[in-house]
Amino acid sequence: MTITKYQTKPLQCWQKAKELRLNYFKSVMNAKRDGKLLAMVDSGSFLELPAGLGDDYIPFEGHPYGASVGGDPEFSQKCVEATEAKGFARDMCAYTRNFWGSMFLNEYLYGGEFPKGEFAIWRSACESEGKFYQLVAEHMGIPGYALDFPLLPGQEKDEDVIEYVVDQLGACIKWMEKVTGRKYDDEKLLKAANNHFESTRIWAEICMLNQTIPAPLDQKTIYTLYFPSVALRHMPETLAFYKEVLAEVKDRVANKIAALPIEQCRLWDDGIPPWYFLGLYRYLEQYGAVVLGSQYTYALHGAWEDYPDGSWGPARLPQERGMRMKTREDILRAIALWYEEKPMIRAMALPEIKSRQLLRIVQDWHADGVMMHSNRGCPGLSFGQVENYLALQKSGIPTIIYEGNAADKRELSEAQVLDRIDGLMEQMGIRKLVGL
Amino acid sequence: MTTSFQNVIADRHKYARQWKARTGGKVIGYFCTWLPEEIVYAAGILPVRILGSHEPQEMAERHISSMYCPLCRDCLAQGLSGKYDYLDGIIGPFSCLHIRQTFASWKTHVPLEYSYYLYVPTIGHHAAAKPFWVKQLTKFKASLEEWTKKPITDDDLDKSINVYNTNRRYLRQIYDLRKDDFPPVSGAECMEMVVSSQLADKAEHNVWLKSAYHEFSTKKERKDPGIRLMILGSENDDTEFVRLIESLGATVVIDDHCTGSRYFWNYVMPKEDRLSAIASRYLNRPACPAKDITQERRRFKHIPKLAKDFRAQGAILIQQKFCDPHEFDIPPIKEILMKELGIPSLHIEMDIVWPLGAYQTRLESFLEMLQPALV
Ligand code: SF4
Ligand code: SF4
Repeated sequence: MTITKYQTKPLQCWQKAKELRLNYFKSVMNAKRDGKLLAMVDSGSFLELPAGLGDDYIPFEGHPYGASVGGDPEFSQKCVEATEAKGFARDMCAYTRNFWGSMFLNEYLYGGEFPKGEFAIWRSACESEGKFYQLVAEHMGIPGYALDFPLLPGQEKDEDVIEYVVDQLGACIKWMEKVTGRKYDDEKLLKAANNHFESTRIWAEICMLNQTIPAPLDQKTIYTLYFPSVALRHMPETLAFYKEVLAEVKDRVANKIAALPIEQCRLWDDGIPPWYFLGLYRYLEQYGAVVLGSQYTYALHGAWEDYPDGSWGPARLPQERGMRMKTREDILRAIALWYEEKPMIRAMALPEIKSRQLLRIVQDWHADGVMMHSNRGCPGLSFGQVENYLALQKSGIPTIIYEGNAADKRELSEAQVLDRIDGLMEQMGIRKLVGL
Repeated sequence: MTTSFQNVIADRHKYARQWKARTGGKVIGYFCTWLPEEIVYAAGILPVRILGSHEPQEMAERHISSMYCPLCRDCLAQGLSGKYDYLDGIIGPFSCLHIRQTFASWKTHVPLEYSYYLYVPTIGHHAAAKPFWVKQLTKFKASLEEWTKKPITDDDLDKSINVYNTNRRYLRQIYDLRKDDFPPVSGAECMEMVVSSQLADKAEHNVWLKSAYHEFSTKKERKDPGIRLMILGSENDDTEFVRLIESLGATVVIDDHCTGSRYFWNYVMPKEDRLSAIASRYLNRPACPAKDITQERRRFKHIPKLAKDFRAQGAILIQQKFCDPHEFDIPPIKEILMKELGIPSLHIEMDIVWPLGAYQTRLESFLEMLQPALV
């Protein structure tokens, strides 16, 4: 068998992505000092909504912060122990335990005291998400507003859901005006919403490029790149950044610049990774196995749409679909629709939805196998995973599940993970690259 | 009379089969008490709640993650093993993702005529929730009508609402008897009444409740209740567990369980628009943690009130292993009961198939600890 060796080079945008991330966490840390409006708004919530309160708005987001703490095993250990000391169970959502622990200890991962927002907004895609910020608001003694976002299994856009969400978002705006004493500016909301729409759409376009053989990006790199699509999706800097990334990745595709020099097989990833053990992706490189991405990185907030002709791809912007964007209600409708279409949210209604998505992805991204992380720290995204596994197996797609925890090191055995990976490679007839 | 309740629980499958043979009606299984049963019953269908079998199983692990609660795995195993082969359909009202997984795997792997996923708003008291849910209920009603090929009329709904409200009234009256210094009815008996109500035809169940109420309210011989306890938390249909507690010198005088007070506490208040009346009842019923995500914390007002009204001296907080919603609420509830009412609590993590003996020592020490407070 001849093995093709591709040209490879580091991604120029990578450093910038790291800076965006670090600057964000620092801006949270310095919000009070800088006189900014810090609000506890989780990344799963309607991040752009408080943008109408002023350009100084900064969200402090639980999921990205919980993940970052997970990347620092020593601090994470302290945090989960602080949460457990308050009587909370060890098997609860690990992001919550990391975030809460840091809050209870009043220690911020990037230094100083734990930042306190002026108000909180949350919604519940999984029960843990609904309860996470409820307690944050209580602990901080700040006003909080919960939103309900229905998970319905239908494929079609549901007008009733849109209307319901719009009603709640409208009420939430009035509530924010009341608790902050600020006047809400719809123009600012529109700008933030447009940033969100466009940047998450471009992120989906970037992910589409990874269908190419050889893949221009691998999951390790994607973990750095996807962060703004989650945590900073309402920001103009994110939009500008993704435009650059798109251009660079297009260039890589045109010039066959690959993520790995040898692409023996292509894998799809499922779930949140063990953040403290990203070394597993390095291990896969020894097999020439490129990990293409996951629904978590592509679609947690990446914007995808089922087109009327049955195909799918990056979502068309509301304006491209002829949606009016004049009044507050128009903007809220566009926002509600954008969230309703998010594949990850849809998949949380029933496992069969995610199974369908997975089978389609495996085909479109030319994946040879799937690697699933049964993440004991996230009951939310573990929903339906065993059924998804069965569906993949039934379709003859080599698949493994390994057990672990995204953000609690105590629950993962590195040796076992590597062992599982070896098993998957064996199933696919892939050998380690030696001397190449 | 209590034997009627016990018989339905012990022979739930036989009961449902006989009901089917007797009435020619359909039987549906449902998961979780957020189902507006009135609409189902009005269609001439018997809704039976799928509950734990408390038997060890291995079938569900092939479909549900081991980090999901034992109840949802136990329920699925019963479906996969054919214990519920008489069911014509299943309904999954939206509550928590564990039991939603059971619904999903059941509908995928067990042949059925009908299945329905019913969304239930998470924030029942938000002004936007009711109009949205009434629309969902209208679709649900239409789906049942299409399935049974029979319209559900206002008259059907009125009759159904009446049967359900009667059931609630009797159960509340019986629960109220427990406020007495010498409650004539035990916690285990009450749990049997509520659990059997989730399995039996309510019209028939009402007849049994009526005579049970008469029997209990006129009971002369009443024993000292010992320590008055409240039990609350995750789904718990284990009447033997309650019996064990009550064999140790205590009486469970009140609960906040979906197999207890949460199931029947409030009524449907009749209104011209029947679905709206039904929606109001469910959206405003005592919440479980998954439906109590706002800053109002409705549970944290309701639970201490129950504890106070029924004069509980201690509380047992039950948590099915891995039950996320309750894991979030239990520590603050423990604190509130202590701070507001001086009520100590015991937190028990349960696995539906663990033998009861495993809890006895902890229960005994807890009750012993409560003893001096009573002197
Ligand atoms: S369980 Fe998972 S999806 Fe749910 S809040 Fe935690 S990290 Fe998010
Ligand atoms: S609420 Fe708890 S006990 Fe009930 S099904 Fe969900 S996880 Fe299981």
